[in-house]
This record gives sequence, structure tokens and C-alpha cells, in this order.
Amino acid sequence: MNAHSFDFRGETFQALPSGALFWPSERLLAVSDLHLGKAERAARRGGPMLPPYEGIDTLLRLSADISATAPRTVVCLGDSFDDAAAAHALDEVTTGHLTPLMAGRSWIWIEGNHDPGPLGLGGTHLAALRTGPLTFRHIAGPDATGEVSGHYHPKARLSGRGRGITRPCFLVDGVRIVMPAYGTYTGGLQCDGPELSALMERGARAILLGTPPVEIPMPRRPTRGRRREGPAGGSD
Amino acid sequence: MTALPAEITGWFDARGWAIHPHQRAMLEASDRPCQLLIAPTGGGKTMAGFLPTLAELADGDHAGLHTLYISPLKALAADIRRNLTGPITEMGLPIRVEDRTGDTPSSRKKRQRADPPHILLTTPESLALLTSYEDAGRTFAGLKRVIVDEIHALAESKRGDQLMLALSRLSALAPGLRRVGLSATVEDPEAIARLLARHPDPCEILQADPGPDPDISMLVTDEPPPWSGGGGKYAIPAVLEAVKQHRTTLIFHNTRAQAELFFHNLWLANEDQLPIGIHHGALAREQRERVEQAMTDGRLRAIVCTGTLDLGIDWGDVDLVIQVGAPKNVKRLVQRIGRANHRYNAPSKALIVPANRFEVIECVAALAAVREHDLDGDPRGPGPLDVLCQHILIRAAAGPFRADDLHAEVITTGAYADLPRATFDRCLDFVATGGYALRAYDQWQRLMQRPDGQWQLRDPRAAARIRMNIGTIVDADKMAVRLHKSRGGKPLGEVEEYFASMLRKGDTFLIGGEIVRYEGMREMVVEVTRTPWQKPKIATFMGTKFATSTQLSDRILTMFRRDDWPELPGHTRDWLKLQRAVSRLPERDRLLVESFPHDGREHLVAYGFAGKNAQQTLGLLLTQRMEAQGLNPMGFVATDYATLIWGLDAVGDAVPLFSRENLIRTMETWLADNAVMKRTFKGSAVIAGLIDRAMPGGRRKTGRQTAFSTDILYDTLRKYDPDHVMLEITRAEAMRGLVDFGRIETMLERIGDRIDHVRLTRVTPLAAPLFLEPGRVPVDGLANQRLMEEEAERLMRTAGLESA
Repeated sequence: MNAHSFDFRGETFQALPSGALFWPSERLLAVSDLHLGKAERAARRGGPMLPPYEGIDTLLRLSADISATAPRTVVCLGDSFDDAAAAHALDEVTTGHLTPLMAGRSWIWIEGNHDPGPLGLGGTHLAALRTGPLTFRHIAGPDATGEVSGHYHPKARLSGRGRGITRPCFLVDGVRIVMPAYGTYTGGLQCDGPELSALMERGARAILLGTPPVEIPMPRRPTRGRRREGPAGGSD
Repeated sequence: MTALPAEITGWFDARGWAIHPHQRAMLEASDRPCQLLIAPTGGGKTMAGFLPTLAELADGDHAGLHTLYISPLKALAADIRRNLTGPITEMGLPIRVEDRTGDTPSSRKKRQRADPPHILLTTPESLALLTSYEDAGRTFAGLKRVIVDEIHALAESKRGDQLMLALSRLSALAPGLRRVGLSATVEDPEAIARLLARHPDPCEILQADPGPDPDISMLVTDEPPPWSGGGGKYAIPAVLEAVKQHRTTLIFHNTRAQAELFFHNLWLANEDQLPIGIHHGALAREQRERVEQAMTDGRLRAIVCTGTLDLGIDWGDVDLVIQVGAPKNVKRLVQRIGRANHRYNAPSKALIVPANRFEVIECVAALAAVREHDLDGDPRGPGPLDVLCQHILIRAAAGPFRADDLHAEVITTGAYADLPRATFDRCLDFVATGGYALRAYDQWQRLMQRPDGQWQLRDPRAAARIRMNIGTIVDADKMAVRLHKSRGGKPLGEVEEYFASMLRKGDTFLIGGEIVRYEGMREMVVEVTRTPWQKPKIATFMGTKFATSTQLSDRILTMFRRDDWPELPGHTRDWLKLQRAVSRLPERDRLLVESFPHDGREHLVAYGFAGKNAQQTLGLLLTQRMEAQGLNPMGFVATDYATLIWGLDAVGDAVPLFSRENLIRTMETWLADNAVMKRTFKGSAVIAGLIDRAMPGGRRKTGRQTAFSTDILYDTLRKYDPDHVMLEITRAEAMRGLVDFGRIETMLERIGDRIDHVRLTRVTPLAAPLFLEPGRVPVDGLANQRLMEEEAERLMRTAGLESA
């Protein structure tokens, strides 16, 4: 598998090309910000009618990651659904993909700002999960010591030989990991903006998604704003 | 015929003016359903359009809107209002004239809907917006005439399609509405007439006296033009000399970047400090307005400009037009020349400056075409479906409608006259439900059908959203450029986001004729400082790039058939003769392919003369086929007339490479995954209402993630719904736009199997300039992954970190 291995809090982790995080010693697979039902929610609220295939696409990728890593536990780090109604309105095709993935393993839904409260889809529903030296929660807390979170959809940009490449990325420092968004319809936040620059310690690294993912020092440029990729659906 | 009331004839008499014959003719024909006037610039075209309106309104009996005037430019609408209000006041006519554009205050806009003036001057977008309101029926009740100005310019773009669809709506709201089009000289007036008329109404074409032929020639310089490049820098002393000898000179360029560079160099050589300005679409509005004002006041001796000055605003006393770079298109050249001398019956004076050696040939061919009145242009295909989708949305915003009625209206539009009902229904389905193969929920409806069969918006609040997205111009994402530490201060202009993303701190570029240094980016604004002493890195932000027209290419190929070319300067003549001696000259119904080794690599040149976009596509297709044959192509470069490919191995037999079937098959697979398709998809998706237009200044709060890229939508559709109508629209758009496969097909038809492959031992004279051409495309040179890993390693090393 084309994973990128790195150490954090004395444990070894793998950043997968898809944006999932695998913890081999615990056989735990974490994904963040799936935003299932995003197209449905936009249409319901009178927004653009985006192609309603992002749920299938996201779950097909998750299914491939699960086959490759055979996890005992899957943690969805919040914002798994674009809102609670989207979770209820999941179409049969999407549910048909989700149910077999959940079977035979422990499945944990961490609550996010988009999907607080239980969803009635099976699995365990938690505000945060503590296991070993780590805490899994949706939004990074102020005094983390071994925390894995999502929420920000970090991305980073580097340029080589006149070609600029922007990719979603993991951010890793001594105390926390911030995961990239896994959902197909998700935008990103440049990690050199003020929020992520303030959140991450000096010496933080960014692991850009690729096959395999690629690690660089986290780009910081405090005076610099974010950059758009293009007007598609809304996000957060 | 409409008789002229005494107020009007008296006004003309008092000034000792005679009514032009074509103005009289327009009056006589004023009761016809459709009338197209072709007249040169300065021919009193606008007055010809308005005279019947003034005559009909003179008695003060008409209540409400009588005449709607539509121009492609906001500025033109305002200009016409001033030019019309003067005479109306002097004639003492009881006529109210107002304009309505994006700049009109919203209180006045609201009032205009309830209490419209007699004459309303507006733009296609503002008109589309007007028709989207529930009270459109009241606003337009009683409308008698609509005048479309500069219709030749609108006819070339989707704005024209949108306008004509809006007119189909107006004809339904105000039966008996008469249409008038005003056009500059065009190659095919019938085509414009068909676009304008309510199908199947007839449209009469009136040709005004075109006036004397222009006085046009090629600028001769002591120094021959360079072998390649597009700047025309070598000609600056001669251009300055010409500027000195005239009152006001317009210096046209084909791209913004070239205009900026030329302006910069012109100032360096401008020892007499002649007042010279620059004007193009990427400059900030304030800056453009300043130049426009200076021009109107006659304070400028020359203006370096691009196509933004193509349209008929009267800027004052222009007596010379200089075109730098081959005009690419004879019709555009003629229209530009018309900008000199805005007085009827005086010849326009123009100079063409070839930017490089090959353009000398192109300019000579273009001059011959101008003399023979042989204009060019490509026929436009059927009306684009993304614009139709937006029209359906606009109709829905105005209130419930029957599909049958809307379809009947739409096919009265010339460009959509042959629209099959099934295609219309697909577009309606797309607008109503997204048109997806997977249809699971009731709420997946933007429009719903009522029990009586009428369609209406499911959520009335959607109307506001539809109105915000009206329009067919989709710009590349742009970023404003401002001086550092001048928050809210003077903007210098804007650059494309892509260009901005390539900048590093300390890079210099030209904008508005100034050299500036990139300092950083802040809240979507590029911050710069002035650095007049540094050498600029070339500004590569886009301007429109035109390909040489088919007709002009044909003329060049026809020239090549002759034994000698006494009309060409000696250096260019000798060049062609040498090419003929060493290899051969390209011919119209054959394809010349040369191959030769050079610099340790194999080279192949195909002289297709299909225009830059098509030659570029040809390069992509040929290299892909060569890759499959194991010939190891490494890259290519394309110009309007040829594609040069280099690689490791020689091509033995070139004939199979150009087989039509092979090229089309390669095209099919290549096209789907191409960046051009993704870019085209984005444009069409915005127009068709699949995604929202990025709102200026909107969604810029910090701390929020950006919207995801439209490329993801394209990929998702391709994967899960490959027959979706948006993909079909995208393909059709790309084929006639950037990919320009149509011209490759025409070329293949023209050459048949007549391919002349000449094997040589070294570079030929005609091929040599291609080696200096910028814009070389590497063939899969480095995958992004490899680039990324190289760069990551460098960064980690620099940071003193080891790669994990």
C-alpha cells in the first residue's frame, strides 16, 4: 500500500493516499469530514443541484481503504453527514454501500458541528473517543496532548519548476494531528492562513495527499490570505 | 413610412444638415417587422435607428415604454443617452430617455419597472434581468421597437444568444414588436439577419454607403521584423514617428500582455514625452475611465489598447489606427480601421505592423483581402444549450409557464429555430430536477409541475438566486492588484488567479504600464510595490487569443503557389525562395510534413495552417499517437500555421499518423480527461445554473474553507452519469472553442491522402522560427507526483528535517 508512515506520541501511523489515517497497532482506521448527503442538502435548501453521486464515491473509496487495512475499529471524526436531515434522507444506493462496511467491526461516529446528536444508523455515537494515548474529536481543543481531529479541511500548496500543486493534507506537530476532509465534495482551507498557523506548533509538518503522500514542513505565511479553488457548492 | 414631424426636420434644417439616404430608408421601412442596417462607423447609424422612434413619439400620445435600445457596453448606453437627450431637448419633443445598467441605482431600477421611460437604453444582461420579474408583462406592455446596436459584436458570443432569447420573450409580451439591428461591416449580413428576426419573419437588410476605401498599408521599417515573437518592439521608433505625425493614434494589440510590454517599451523610447495612455480590460475601472476621459478631452496623442476599444464609443479625434501583430481576422481588422476618422466619407487611415517574419506574409495577405472587400468569419452553430437552460430558469423566475408555450417562443429565435423538442425537454428536465440518472427524492426539484400542467419554482426564494446568476460571461477567477499598505487604496487592475499563484515574493510584472513587485497576497488581493527600476518579468495574464481565420490561412497558401512575390519585402521573399529550394512550400490541398534531426533530437513539422488552437490540439493528438508507436516524443509547440514535435526517434512514414480515423479515436479518449474540458465545463455549468457564479466579494470571510473545485463535479459526473446533458454540452462547447477540432477535420478533408513527407538533414527555413516560439508543451514530462517528491525533499533538507 502506498502509505506514508510517521510517528506521533510514540506510536506509528500511516497516512493513506485517500486521506484516511491508519493506526496499525490498534487496527484503527480514522476518516474525517465525509459530508455525506451534501448534494441532497444543497438541493433541499434551494441551492445548486449538484450531481448526487458524492456519497457513493466517498463510500467506494472508504470501502477500498477498509479492504486494504482490515481495521477492527473505524472512527468517523465528525461531519460525517452534511446535516441530520441528510443522514435520514440517505438514498438506498448510499445506505446499501454503508451497511456492509459497518458489519463485523466496531464503528464510531464522532459528532461534528454538522451532525450533532445520534443518527439512527447503527454504530456508536460519541462526542470524543479516548483510546491509549490519543483522543479523537471533531474540532481541535486548546490544550491537546495526543489529539486527532478534523473540521478544518486543511490543504497546502507547493510549487516546483513553475508548477503549483495544491493538495489536501494532514497537519502533524508534537501534540496533534489535523486530518484532511475525506468526502468527495469538500473544499479546503490553506494551512498558511491565520487559523491553522495559530493552531499548529512551530516545526509542524504537512503531509500532502498523493500516491504515496508527501511530507513537507507546514507552509506558514501569516500575512497571507486563503485562496479559492472555484465556485462549486458551499462548504464548512 | 413614418413622416417626419416639423420639430425634427426643423432641427436638421437649422443646422444645415441633410438626412443621410440610409436614415431616410430606415424611416421608410419603419413598419417592417425586422430591419438590419449595415453602416460604417461614423455613418449616423444610431440616429438612423432612433429617427423612427422620435417621429412616432413626437405627438406625445404614447404612454409607457416605446423603444428598447440594447448595446453590448454599459458605457455605450450612457453615451447614447447623452447624445440622444441633447437633440430631443433641442427639438422640444415630449420624450423621456433613461438608461439601465448594472451601475444604475436600485431605487431608479425599481421605479423603471413600474413607470418605464419612452426609451430605455440597456445591455443584454440587464434586459434578461428585467424579463425575470413577475411584472415583466406590465413593464413591456405597449413596447413597439427594439434596437440592437453593434449586433455584429453580440452575434459572435453567447450574449447575443441570450439577448435573442430575451427578445422572443418580449415578442410574446408585446405582440407586433419590431426589431432593428445596427451592424458594422460583416461578411455575412444574412446570418446576422437570421439571428435578429423573429423566426420565420423576414428581415430586410439595408446597406449604407460604405464610404471610401481605407488608406491602409504595412509599416515599413529599416530593421526587418524578428524571426519570432509577437511584441513588435523593433517597430517602436517608426510607430513613435507615425504618432508624431497624427493628432490621435489608436495602437491595437492582440493580447493584453503584448499591449503592456509595448506600452512599457514605447515609454522608454518616448523622448519627446508625448502623452500616451494604455487601455485594456484587465485594468481597474478607475484607471480605464481616466484614460477614456483624457481621450475625450483630446489630451492624449496615442492609446495602446486591445479589443476593449473595438466597439463604437466615440472617443474623439482619432486619425490613425495602428495594428501591431498580424490581425488574424480580416473582418476585425476592417472594423478596427473604421475607428480612425469618425467622419462619414473620409477615408480611414491605418498601418499594420507585422510582429515577426511570418506575419509579414500574413499582413500582406490581409491587406489584399481588405482591398478586395473579402471578409472572413466562421458560421456559428446552433444556439448553445447552456444559455437555453439559463433562459428557462429566467422564465421560471418570472412566474409559472407551460412547456409548450416556452418551446414555441424559443423556436422563434433564429439560433434555436431547429431545436428538437426532445432536446428542449432534456434542458427543461435538467433545470427542473438536475437531470440525473439517479432520481431518489421528491425534494430534488427546482421546478415542479402543478396539477394544471404549468411549471413553477418549488421554492419562490430561488428566484433571487436565479437573478444573481444571470449572464453568459464567465471570467477566469481574477484577483485585484493593489499597492501594498494602501488598504482600500487605488487598485491597479487585476490578474488571473492562475498567474497570481505562480508569483513569488520579489517577482516583477507589468500592469497598467507600471513595473510592480509582488509583495504578498492578502484576502484575495495581490499586493505590490512600485519598482520602476527593475526589469519586468513578462506579464502572462491572459488576453483573448485569436487563431488566424480559415480564409486568411487560405489566402497565404494561395500566395505560396505563385513563382514570386514582388509585394513582399526582400528579406521575406528570399526566405520563401530558400524554403522552396531546400524543401517545398505548403500547398492548400496537400499537407507538408518535414522531418529532420537537430541538436541530437528528431523533429517533425506539420504545416496544417489550421489556426493556433487546432494546431495545438493536433500536437497533443500526434504526440499521443507517437507515444503509442514507441517514438518517444518529448514535446511540441504550435503556431497558427504549424506544429513542431521533437523526440528521440524519427517518424518513418507520416501518412498513418494523419489518418482521420486514428486521429478521431485518439481525440475521443484524450478529450474526456483534458484540462480544457474541465475549464469548459466550469463555464457551461455556471451559465446553465448547475453551480452558482462566484459572487464578487462574497464568501471571503477568513476561517472558512473554500468551495470545492468544479473539476470534482466534472469527474463525478463522468464516473457515475456519463450521459448527463451537462457533459454533452461541455463536449460541444470544447469542440467549437479551445479544442477547435472542427478545423482539424476541415484540414483532413482538404488534404485527403495527399501528404508530402520530406525527409531532410537539417532545419528548414520555414521551420526555423518555430524553434524560437514560446509556449512549448512538454509531453508528460514530469508527473506531479515526481515533482512533488523532488520539491518535498528539497524543502525538508532546507528546513533541516529528514524525510520520514
